[in-house]
Amino acid sequence: MSTRTLPLVFINLGGEMLYILDQRLQAQNTSVDNSEKGVWSENDRKRVMSDIVGTMFSKAFMDELLKPQQLYSHRTMKTVLTRLAHTSIMRLNPASMEKLYELMVMAFKYQVYLCPRPKDLLLITYNHMDAIREFVRDTPAVANQVDETHRKLIEVYSPLSEGEFQLLRQTLLVFFQDMHVRVSLFLKNQIQKPNGRFTLTMSGPVPHGGEVPGLIRLLDVKGREVSRHEFPSGGSYSSAVREGSFDLHGDRVLRLGVNMYTMNYPEETHTSRNICAQPDDVPNLLAKEELNLLARIMGSMKTEHVHSAEGSFRLNLFASDQEEEEAGSSGGARDFEVINIQAMQDEQAAAELARIAGQFAEEEVRHEEQSSSKGDELLAMMDDL
Amino acid sequence: MFHKEKNIQIKNSASALYNNLSVLRIAPRRLTYFTVVHANVVNMVSASWDGLNYSHRQLQSKEPNVATSTSLIMQAAFCVLPSRELLVVTSQKGIQMYESDGSIMVYWHALDTPETPTAQAVFARGIAAVSENYVCVGVSSGAILVFDVPSKGSNITLSEVLEEHKESITDIASECSGSQECVANLVTVDDGGSLCVWKSGEEFQLLNKIGGFDISCSSVKLWKGTVVAGYGSGQIRIYEAVTGILQSEINAHARWIYSLDIAPFSGLLLSAAEDSYVRVWHLSVTPETNSVEVAHLHNECVTDTQICGAKFCDGDGYAFAVTGYDLSEIIRYTQT
Repeated sequence: MSTRTLPLVFINLGGEMLYILDQRLQAQNTSVDNSEKGVWSENDRKRVMSDIVGTMFSKAFMDELLKPQQLYSHRTMKTVLTRLAHTSIMRLNPASMEKLYELMVMAFKYQVYLCPRPKDLLLITYNHMDAIREFVRDTPAVANQVDETHRKLIEVYSPLSEGEFQLLRQTLLVFFQDMHVRVSLFLKNQIQKPNGRFTLTMSGPVPHGGEVPGLIRLLDVKGREVSRHEFPSGGSYSSAVREGSFDLHGDRVLRLGVNMYTMNYPEETHTSRNICAQPDDVPNLLAKEELNLLARIMGSMKTEHVHSAEGSFRLNLFASDQEEEEAGSSGGARDFEVINIQAMQDEQAAAELARIAGQFAEEEVRHEEQSSSKGDELLAMMDDL
Repeated sequence: MFHKEKNIQIKNSASALYNNLSVLRIAPRRLTYFTVVHANVVNMVSASWDGLNYSHRQLQSKEPNVATSTSLIMQAAFCVLPSRELLVVTSQKGIQMYESDGSIMVYWHALDTPETPTAQAVFARGIAAVSENYVCVGVSSGAILVFDVPSKGSNITLSEVLEEHKESITDIASECSGSQECVANLVTVDDGGSLCVWKSGEEFQLLNKIGGFDISCSSVKLWKGTVVAGYGSGQIRIYEAVTGILQSEINAHARWIYSLDIAPFSGLLLSAAEDSYVRVWHLSVTPETNSVEVAHLHNECVTDTQICGAKFCDGDGYAFAVTGYDLSEIIRYTQT
């Protein structure tokens, strides 16, 4: 469908990731546990944030994202976001990454779902960027990159019509379809029900440009009103409020996309698996196009921040060490190897992926059976990385 | 006025797409077919009228070759012509036409998709049967493809391409298929809210073009020479087709309208939106005086659901069915 989703997906998911990391890193700081797993200083935290933001908003990476392309699978998204997280001095184990990804996606799903008008997707994105700017305000070089990216987004997305934004939103909704992971914060605030679905209210202001429902008007041939009568709309809506700012700075008015997490309640970032099947449980063969995308994006990420294993801090995001290890071992063994090793050998992985993508491009179109076995080989190769 | 019936389970949840429900009533076999789109799959359910038998079928979007990523489906709709009934499925890659039970694909038309993706998305959306033997399908470029359909067999051909719209087609509607003579029997709408009114024939004739207000029109119906259009602003507008005169404006919904339907024998109008509401209205049209009357009859609130499809199950509007994003059920209502 829409070929313009990727930049918004990464900035919003990345933004949610930073909100969560910020909260967890601060929570870590105040924890009683003083083992050598790492006591995070204020500087360490700021360094993690600016490393990740710096990579995310680097010109090469953004240019890659801004090319028109299809939105790909959760698997690809997760791989790139993991690599993004690991451009910092932080190391997340697969269980942490899994939970982090679920939280990010459910938050963004909520924002897209509740988005009053399709164009407000931009306001949600700008809310994330405003917060990101705050995180890196002490690092002017990175803050500049954020501003540059913001200008580029304004340039690219301002001309889009409301209909095109709705197509973008519909594409995102397909991506989020069937995900109902319960998030403690959402359940507590009653924006999510115990079955994992979001609540919709029948009250509040109508979106900008809309009218409060309840009126039927009949007109004559000259367009003059002949009669009007009301009907019961069932909800209690009010007129639209003022429109938020789409500029570099300004009052966005819309609250979707601002940081929902606070330092005081670390359990807000807990999730619990829903009974419904996760759409990503079924391993999907990465199509050639997706592999190309992955190779290009990984290749465009700055590799200056490749840190040695000794110098990096291992971060337990969500639970006690024991729980994390148990979760890690019960999760797919294959995933564990891919993510763990990739983090250590970033450059090698990117080069290998690019090589694989190049190999694939040289081959001619095969029969169905041969193609699928090639896909299997490819997956096996990735596992061995 | 209406009460809820038993839901019908479908194999996957419905995607958030305009007009995401199509219904075909097969009276001789006492069956009704329902189709709901989920990503790259069409879920088809055949429900017996006694409520005892349900059978399911899934149709996939056709991929030109396995190396590309999946093609998402934009819409699936039944097309009823005097001689036959077809199920038409439109996706990012092209248009598939099946026999109405989904058993055999009788035609495939590939869209011109560029090698590398362009900023403007490519897809087909908007489906309607017109007159005796035409099926019209809209394209993201704004073009309308007119297919000539023989009374049986797979010798379907592209007869004409209508290029009038500048923005992506969102919906197409027709009336008077078969014997009736109508001045205007086709209306096409786009993302910018522009409406085009046509008369079908060997060469389709543009009768009128009604400018949009930059508010996307997501769903449209044509009945007794009257165009009923649903917009992203939540409004419904009623126009006289041939003249383009605006006859009524309804502030109907608090969010984007996703589906409209009309029961032709009774004049009942159904509207459904992302605000969780399905509303039933009564429309009466007096062609002699060019006047229209609209009365609101009933509301149904599908809690916590953004509705994406709503259709009457019969020509009188005795029953209707609803689908919602992320819901794996078809919700049904019948008149009390």
